[in-house]
Amino acid sequence: MSQMPQQAAVPKCPSCEEPLESGDRFCGACGYDLSAVPARPDDSPTIAMNGAVSPPSSAPDGVDWPVARDSDGFGRPAPVHTAAEVPGTDSGGSSLPPPPAAPPMPPVRPVPSGAPPMPPTAPEPAASGVRSDHRAGPEDHGREEYGRGNHGREDYGREDYGRSDRREPEEYPLQAPDPRSPAAPAAPTAPAAPAAPAAPAANEKVCVACRAGRVDDDGYCENCGHAQPRERDHMEQESGPVAAVSDRGLRHHRNEDAFSVGCTALPDGAPASVAIVCDGVSSATRPDDASLAASRAAGESLLSALPRGTHPQQAMHDAILAASHAVNALAEEPETAREQAPHQNAPACTLVGAVVAAGLLVVGWVGDSRVYWVPVDRSTPPARLTEDDSWAAQMVAAGLMSEAEAYADERAHAITGWLGADAYELEPHTAAFKPDRPGVVVVCTDGLWNYAESAEEMADAVPLDAAARPLHSARVLVGHALDGGGHDNVTVALLPFPVPPQGAGSA
Amino acid sequence: MANFSKSNVPQFSVDVYQNEYLPEGGREVNAIVTVTATGGGTIGSAVTAPHLYSPGQGPSAAVALMVDCSGSMDYPPTKMRNARDATAAAIDTLRDGVHFTVIGGTHVAREVYPGDGRLAVADATTREQAKQALRRLSAGGGTAIGTWLRLADRLLATADVAIRHGILLTDGRNEHESPEELKAALDACAGRFTCDARGVGTDWEVKEVTGIASALLGTADIVADPASLTADFTQMMETAMGKEVADVALRLWTPVGTTVKFVKQVAPTVEELTGRRAEAGPRAGDYPTGSWGDESRDYHVCVEVPAADLGQEMLAARVSLVIPEPGGTVQSLGAQGLVRAVWTDDMAASTSINPQVAHYTGQAELAQVIQQGLDLRKAGDIDGSTAKLGRAVQLAGASGNADTAKLLAKVVDVVDAVAGTVRLKAKVEEADEMTLETRSTKTVRVKK
Repeated sequence: MSQMPQQAAVPKCPSCEEPLESGDRFCGACGYDLSAVPARPDDSPTIAMNGAVSPPSSAPDGVDWPVARDSDGFGRPAPVHTAAEVPGTDSGGSSLPPPPAAPPMPPVRPVPSGAPPMPPTAPEPAASGVRSDHRAGPEDHGREEYGRGNHGREDYGREDYGRSDRREPEEYPLQAPDPRSPAAPAAPTAPAAPAAPAAPAANEKVCVACRAGRVDDDGYCENCGHAQPRERDHMEQESGPVAAVSDRGLRHHRNEDAFSVGCTALPDGAPASVAIVCDGVSSATRPDDASLAASRAAGESLLSALPRGTHPQQAMHDAILAASHAVNALAEEPETAREQAPHQNAPACTLVGAVVAAGLLVVGWVGDSRVYWVPVDRSTPPARLTEDDSWAAQMVAAGLMSEAEAYADERAHAITGWLGADAYELEPHTAAFKPDRPGVVVVCTDGLWNYAESAEEMADAVPLDAAARPLHSARVLVGHALDGGGHDNVTVALLPFPVPPQGAGSA
Repeated sequence: MANFSKSNVPQFSVDVYQNEYLPEGGREVNAIVTVTATGGGTIGSAVTAPHLYSPGQGPSAAVALMVDCSGSMDYPPTKMRNARDATAAAIDTLRDGVHFTVIGGTHVAREVYPGDGRLAVADATTREQAKQALRRLSAGGGTAIGTWLRLADRLLATADVAIRHGILLTDGRNEHESPEELKAALDACAGRFTCDARGVGTDWEVKEVTGIASALLGTADIVADPASLTADFTQMMETAMGKEVADVALRLWTPVGTTVKFVKQVAPTVEELTGRRAEAGPRAGDYPTGSWGDESRDYHVCVEVPAADLGQEMLAARVSLVIPEPGGTVQSLGAQGLVRAVWTDDMAASTSINPQVAHYTGQAELAQVIQQGLDLRKAGDIDGSTAKLGRAVQLAGASGNADTAKLLAKVVDVVDAVAGTVRLKAKVEEADEMTLETRSTKTVRVKK
């Protein structure tokens, strides 16, 4: 969330880095709404957790660096590393530039926009690991090994959870100091959520369309009648290392997507991050309520199960069931008299989620929302980690059509699995992966992947420093979808996957 | 004026039926607005309402009965006798405490009861006196309906009551004053009292009677057989006694740049209201709906909004119900409905027509083609008339308007109702043709 300040000191668009002119309301290049950007805080400079700035995004002067806290969020003193202490590379594999002077950590202020505050210092040391792993097995980043059990609740024994179970804190020394993780919840979450929709308070009463009329209680302008932006039209949130952005898109009149992100700690104190993304089924009644209920229920379920020691894959399975119950419950609510559609459908939505914990990446889904894996080292292949519950996927799976044919068909997006009271039989898919190198997990709805369908296309769309600047990168991805036409609601959550624990990498 | 006690004010509710989705560049927004008033002093249907009030209760009301006493009422003499009996029955239906008067109408208006420019208050004595006075009614003279209405207005205005209503019976054309004079009288009375109009026999002009009812927000009908007058008058008076709140206006707010293409009542009858708009503050206008008992009416609102981009949503109109009061203030009746416009590239959504809108569009066309068909028939254009009435048969059949279909069947021979193929009957009873014309605006509601 932390952003380029609005009209002053840092004259660049937070979305595309285009120089701005004073007084601009929108970026001249990409049209980014600068009013959504919170005002620049008067922070004192903070420690650069990793001086490692990925080359493409040149850090402008005067960025606010995030600040590490005294605690790691799990009640232990936060180990602090300066970039100098931690050997690392940038995401391109080249060695890091000398770190800037690292002041000690004052209170927190999350994410600068210009420069990537490597979420944790994690990826750097990872980098060395990456290279060696690379030599060991360039192609295997887990999917081959663990991805087979895609629907693998039953086979999560297989993926050697025990190994990652070695939970000596030393295995995660680099994640702990994540400056943005839970210890300073006030900073990352509070400003993040409202930042986008609720621009300046003064705007609350005046119509954004004609700038003349007052807004009535129904949310319409009393002058020109235009519906006012709703909170859900554009949502951003950052929680620990995870960030998500959701946008109404350009063609739909409301945002029927929803997400929930969060982070917590496993019983041994190791951090775990969670992202859930849901896409309301438009042909059903109240799809926006369905996606909201599902994402909340699943997120809460995961965030309460993981600290209890539930295996992440089991926790994901349970979370999908919890989301399913939440959506089913909507169908039982009495219809309000105002709802006039004679043919009511049970509210329904898709769900996709990812958990990064203890060196493990667990994904779960129902429907056609997806998870992609994009390694930090782009010379290694990205991958799609989910199989759509969709007509097209089924046609391809059955060998009846080629992928190109199937996706060109107008029925391509008809989904065959969803959460909702009218779902035939809920079949939550979960899969666990154990990536051997750092990367970023892209959790998104079809509003994004329609514009970056293959894993390679998605990897191209993901900024190189995505693991370090997830919120910025999520915005970039939403921008990618909007540039492509924004035909659907767009929602994307990014979870950085830190370097795997030492010793697990060669697995 | 609005001194009704609280308990009698019905609760209004507003429901909007529309397809809010517009294609790219789409501008016209149609909606059916159903207004329902319930839970006033009455329970159940308005017809039984008066019996639920104990004496002295219920909204205060004043009623003027206008009976045609022109010379033609004596041909046949039963007509005058039936009119007398019907008026007596209507007087018997008056609730105790209701102010009333009886006016005898010829080329001038005469107070039959109680006289002296006053209104009587209904009780056993005054009802009996009024019926005595009716016996003295005799036929003779001309017809100038405007004078009757003006006298009724003057008398009704003497009482401080919530509901003012007139019942007008005529058997002939308004021959002794100009159409302009009648029009001026109607304009003067509009909004001051409501009036039901009835034509008895077949020598009256349909457009005059329906015009009076329309201007004064009442009902119009034909009573071809004078013997049916008593039942009709009793029922009319019962309905009038069931009214609980008067001078209700449909307030329509539209945003800047939006034009109101039309507003019409479409159920229970088609009534064009577009031209009766009274401006009510910025971007809002009031359309009169008269007085309400426990009842439900449907309105078709059509507005044209400025085109907007796909994905945009706007409020195209806000419909509420108010009672305008002197001094520019209004009493709001609470309920309101929102008519929305949402632009989408989903063709399936934007091209579908809301069933209610489709139904009432058909009903309004039905009323129109009947009128046109009958006009052409009178003008001797057999082909044109056949085409219009054929279309009417088709529409009446498709929308399930059985009453209108029956009336049509008395005027045309239906060859194929679905295709709308008909032949004009060689000989049509005048009463049947007038009935069809008078009742052409009656609609049926959407089959649920």
